[in-house]
Amino acid sequence: MATQHSRSAARIMMAPAVILLLGWMLVPLTMTLWFSFRKYLPLRGGDLGWAGFDNFTRFVSSSTFWPAVQATLIIVVGVIVVTVVLGVLLAILLDQPMWGQGIVRILVIAPFFVMPTVSALVWKNMFMDPVNGLLANLWKAFGAQPVEWLSQAPLSSIVIIVSWEWLPFATLILLTAIQSLDSEQLEAAEMDGAPLLKRFWYVVLPHLSRAITVVILIQTIFLLSIFAEIFVTTQGAFGTRTLTYLIYQRVLESQNVGLGSAGGVYAIILANIVAIFLMRIVGKNLDA
Amino acid sequence: MARDVKPRRKALNTALAWAAGLLIFFPILWPILTSFKTEGDAIASPPVLLFFDWTLENYAVVQERSDYMRYLWNSVIIAGGSTLLGLLVAVPAAWSMAFVPSKRTKDILMWMLSTKMLPAVGVLYPIYLMFIQMGLLDTRIGLVIVLMLINLPIIVWMLYTYFREIPGEILEAARMDGAGLREEILYVLTPMALPGIASTVLLNVILAWNEAFWTLNLTAANAAPLTAFIASYSSPEGLFYAKLSAASTMAIAPILILGWFSQKQLVRGLTFGAVK
Repeated sequence: MATQHSRSAARIMMAPAVILLLGWMLVPLTMTLWFSFRKYLPLRGGDLGWAGFDNFTRFVSSSTFWPAVQATLIIVVGVIVVTVVLGVLLAILLDQPMWGQGIVRILVIAPFFVMPTVSALVWKNMFMDPVNGLLANLWKAFGAQPVEWLSQAPLSSIVIIVSWEWLPFATLILLTAIQSLDSEQLEAAEMDGAPLLKRFWYVVLPHLSRAITVVILIQTIFLLSIFAEIFVTTQGAFGTRTLTYLIYQRVLESQNVGLGSAGGVYAIILANIVAIFLMRIVGKNLDA
Repeated sequence: MARDVKPRRKALNTALAWAAGLLIFFPILWPILTSFKTEGDAIASPPVLLFFDWTLENYAVVQERSDYMRYLWNSVIIAGGSTLLGLLVAVPAAWSMAFVPSKRTKDILMWMLSTKMLPAVGVLYPIYLMFIQMGLLDTRIGLVIVLMLINLPIIVWMLYTYFREIPGEILEAARMDGAGLREEILYVLTPMALPGIASTVLLNVILAWNEAFWTLNLTAANAAPLTAFIASYSSPEGLFYAKLSAASTMAIAPILILGWFSQKQLVRGLTFGAVK
């Protein structure tokens, strides 16, 4: 039983973490909110006064906004579809009895540990380069015209790179979930004569639904803010300017802090909408 | 219960899984192999996989030209420092939440998690501005602080889930045997918590090592870690495959090895205990 004494000790032990995170959250957020209502151009006159909702309307009405929304959606949805579908298949495959399971697992998980700048750089130059890249060589070997990946199919290229980075995460979580599936349940279905596809659809998939939801939500939050992959490959050219990259360019490249901050506020709201769903799932688990 | 499977099916599984595994691993294997080639072999068409003149020259050139060791050192300090600092703050917090839970413990945990969802770009300018004003721009200490703060929720959560698995009865038993608070923490709790703390450290070093938003935007020449070092290779004039490969290999090798040890903890750490 916790005594009054141990409770106040607990509060003191918690204080540093709470205060630090509170500061980390409130101070920059307040500043971003403040800037978003100012006409603020650090290199061209500094803070030029109150702007009302100007920045907010200008951010969404600028010609770069909808393409950025579109690019963001394509990347987020594309990567999620690729990683979840391949992740489920891989998780099922890795769950089967085989030789060298541990080594295969290690091979599959490896991309997760590669820093984003390295994976982007390696993919861009060594695989997707239209002259010397490995894919160009492969295309040539079949007598096809090599593809200029990053300029002809820029969004697909980014989706490929980012999917490769996140596939291990999806696979690992889905594999963990699959391993908790009661094998007797599957065997019972097998004995009742349920064919493979039906067993997958009615037994495996429902069991995985929670894990899939978690994968989708967590990935959405991280994918909404991918940065290094675009920074290294296209710098936002060829229609790969995502919302995150657009805000980055407004704030640091063109130093229009007011406008960029308004974009930042939108990004924060968007992330929060996704976060609410994720937190609900996590919270439920905490009670259990 | 081990299921009986026909050897043929097991062989098929093995072949399929190895093919998938090697395919996924190939984009890592390829630059590792290329890093031992001459620049000529690196762009040979058709490409050579294994039969080339192996050389270590690229590693020497990368170190000499770009001072790899300095970036490595920055990465070590930033990843290690932010993790240690985070641990210092998080251990007491997770400890008290796990062993002296109150009505608000759950709310506090959820709130901490929510700070992790804040998109970095939304607060880029405020942080940038504060860094300039405090003289923290392009310093290692600045990055240590920022990375500690962004990973703090994960550290607290992971530690909390580990601490909660320590049974409270053990503490009571120790108390019955006359152990004071100091002995309790030192001889009973710490040994039981060590594996959890170790996994937390491992995962956070990996996350901090690979962090590529703040490290790219808040550093220039002095404090740049390996993420920024690699990004500097993306300029067109630096396009030498073998050297690029050597640089990439050196940037990922340390963490790849650490990562393989941490794969089990990865799930718990990255899903905040939502999938176990």
